[in-house]
Amino acid sequence: MLLNQFLLLAAVLFCIGVYGVLTRRNGVMVLMSIELILNAVNINLIAFGTYLSDATGQAFALFIIAVAAAEVGVGLAIVLMLFRNRRSIDIDAVDQLKG
Amino acid sequence: MSILAVTEVLVAQNIAFAIIAVGVVVAGVRLVTTENVVHAALWLVVVLAGIAGLYILLAAEFTAIVQVLVYIGAIVVLFLFGIMLTRARLGEGETVNKKMRAPALVIAVAMFALMAYSLWGYFGSTELEVMGRSTAELGQTTAQVADTLFLTYLIPFEVVSVLLLAALTGAIVLARRD
Repeated sequence: MLLNQFLLLAAVLFCIGVYGVLTRRNGVMVLMSIELILNAVNINLIAFGTYLSDATGQAFALFIIAVAAAEVGVGLAIVLMLFRNRRSIDIDAVDQLKG
Repeated sequence: MSILAVTEVLVAQNIAFAIIAVGVVVAGVRLVTTENVVHAALWLVVVLAGIAGLYILLAAEFTAIVQVLVYIGAIVVLFLFGIMLTRARLGEGETVNKKMRAPALVIAVAMFALMAYSLWGYFGSTELEVMGRSTAELGQTTAQVADTLFLTYLIPFEVVSVLLLAALTGAIVLARRD
């Protein structure tokens, strides 16, 4: 196996995630696309960990998984508040802070 | 290595990688393009399971199991609850912003081109030698991960646990009906 196989696959997943964040209007879908981006990063970390024979890669991947869980929890709570106050989770419609 | 020759396992690894890669990319594309939000969550399960398979290919079995437990077990369920609780009036065809499609595609393809160019230029055909080496030699056993986590990165680990506590308390406070 080549190291680049994994790195290029992670790059593809990252770009799919970026596409999803930019095109989706549903708040939950934007969070799902962010998960895709975080997973792409984790593939990179573990591939380098194996390449360098170092467990630090896995340790950092575990940190990212924990932070992703926290991010999803808070993100979904915000989307829920948004839905409760506006009866809609259309991200494009949330522009009250616009000057 | 007595049962299978090294080259046979190498071929098997590459076939497994190809299958997982195709599955993950197809599921990822469906995830960001499908109109149905629940289907998108189920495509996310396919992507996450494929990535867990990649971790096993990379000899990182502990992280693969954590991936299945935390992502597929907890986060996807959280997403499904989020979808259920926000049955918004986003009708069919409204979950995708059609005006943003072309610019987003250009940005995604340009980013990939840049990353692929630099990755290929820097790493070229660097071999990742998993074959014929034990997980201990690769530094990827659970014991080694535990040593790294609880010796080198003990303070970040504790910080992450406090972060999780704070985030989940915050989520409860935010989502509570009062």
